[in-house]
Amino acid sequence: MKILVCISCVPDTTSKISFIENDTIFDKNGVQFVINPNDEFGLTRAMWIKEKDNSSIDVINVGLQDTEPILRKTLAIGADKAIRINSDPKDSFQVAKLISDYVSKNNYDLIIAGRESIDFNGNMVPGIISELLGMNFITNCVGLDIIGNKITAKREIEGGTETLSFDLPAVIGGQKGLVEESDLKIPNMRGIMQARQKPLDVIEVNKNNLFTETIKFYKPEEKGEIKMIDSDNLDELINLLHNEAKVI
Amino acid sequence: MAVLAYIESNKSKPKKNSYEIISYGRGLADKLSTELIVLSFNIDSVEDLSNYGPDKILNIKNNDLSNFNIQKYADVIAQACNSLSIDIIIIGGSADSKYLAPSLSVKTNSSYVSNVVELPSSLEPFTLKRSTYSNKAFSDITIKNEKKLIGIYNNSFGIVEKKSNPELISIDIIIPDSTLTTDSVEHGSGDISIADADIVVSAGRGLKGPENWNIIEDLAKTLGAATACSKPVSDMGWRPHSEHVGQTGKPVATNLYIAIGISGAIQHLAGVSSSKVKVVINTDPEAPFFKAADYGIIGDAFDVVPKLNEKLKVFKAGNN
Repeated sequence: MKILVCISCVPDTTSKISFIENDTIFDKNGVQFVINPNDEFGLTRAMWIKEKDNSSIDVINVGLQDTEPILRKTLAIGADKAIRINSDPKDSFQVAKLISDYVSKNNYDLIIAGRESIDFNGNMVPGIISELLGMNFITNCVGLDIIGNKITAKREIEGGTETLSFDLPAVIGGQKGLVEESDLKIPNMRGIMQARQKPLDVIEVNKNNLFTETIKFYKPEEKGEIKMIDSDNLDELINLLHNEAKVI
Repeated sequence: MAVLAYIESNKSKPKKNSYEIISYGRGLADKLSTELIVLSFNIDSVEDLSNYGPDKILNIKNNDLSNFNIQKYADVIAQACNSLSIDIIIIGGSADSKYLAPSLSVKTNSSYVSNVVELPSSLEPFTLKRSTYSNKAFSDITIKNEKKLIGIYNNSFGIVEKKSNPELISIDIIIPDSTLTTDSVEHGSGDISIADADIVVSAGRGLKGPENWNIIEDLAKTLGAATACSKPVSDMGWRPHSEHVGQTGKPVATNLYIAIGISGAIQHLAGVSSSKVKVVINTDPEAPFFKAADYGIIGDAFDVVPKLNEKLKVFKAGNN
């Protein structure tokens, strides 16, 4: 089976977020970039498929040259080939369209992308790819079994899960639960050495489809002072929640 | 040219976030001086929808739409948009709506912007404010496309009552076959899901083990709240993933969030930052959560939580 895993390059989850140039640009200074966690769960799940049936795994990223260390890391984890589409990712449709154009020229059986990136939080890329390519799709995927051409997958819904079955080719939006946090692999030295020899193709772009533009960022408003309540005076807490905050 | 607000139903009733979606649609239609059409599937009575100002209601009753299916739902919504000449679609932030929105945007040639928290600040260029960086920031985003799909962040815009006398309309639709089969739906043990809850009671490693969660569940029951947990608790398997709140888990945008024995890692704080009122109960006065909360109690969960629960029971009994 041919698997494609879509990789977004995002600030580490512990990053403090700040902006420069009049709050128009994210400040990358001192920020460590990582594989988007939702994508990494998908990559790890793809590795399990590969270990079982010798599938090939390609990873694809829409980004500029500074994402290449992250792509090398995915190769060190075990992907066979990386593709970087040389374009600054500014809009989810742009990213999804570039990836689907690549897929339509290079057939894949299974495409896995994170349900969302933890920086843009669009929740769009896997869904748009599936619709553009006419493939079956589920997102918020927390369970995946593939036998032959048949997929049985679980998706998280409000207050539970739903189990669906469908045929390949398909697009899966991954998240935690597809594999566990403890299943994530840290590349070993052998993997890192091998990754240097693996192909990383760069594809130039003729046309970007940009229909949206992020023009300004805001930090959330500072929280007001906290009110401390003595643990022996819980009636006061109930009083404040009822009369001041009006939430109970 | 009109605005369409798509709302979900549950057991033939509008879902809780429907009123916020319609309120947003009304506000937007007023800004654009156009009409608001509400689209729903299989709702028994559409009467209370008229409290929020729709001009028209299209409630499609069809047994083939009784259970959610992304392909059927997205296709039928797109058909409705086409026959009603819709330029802007409003959709909620539920799991199902976020699942179908990207497909719907492609089917209707709309540009989709998710996590929107306010009405557009400008119509030319069309500018929306949305939550981004996992709730650590907001951004202004402009849409150049005439056709737009706006996904609203749950519990951000609020409900605005505005009585109207909507016309009930109908259209012809064709329901496509689906290549997806729903085998089963499993509901979790909790009575209320995090997305539907007004109050969430959440606990962390301070609880020391899964066997101690009864005090959390008891407090949640008294408050009619959903239960949630921190990332380490879900990673250790004390609680299911579906309860994990934070950057790689669920965001929580609720009216009241009570954090018990959770120190407040930056990822967790980001996940709950949209909640309106936060209460922290922790033994450690240096816990970062105290800097991000509205009310704080320094104390041991095993002492404070059962006492608080008993007092809340008395308060609730007195209020009914």
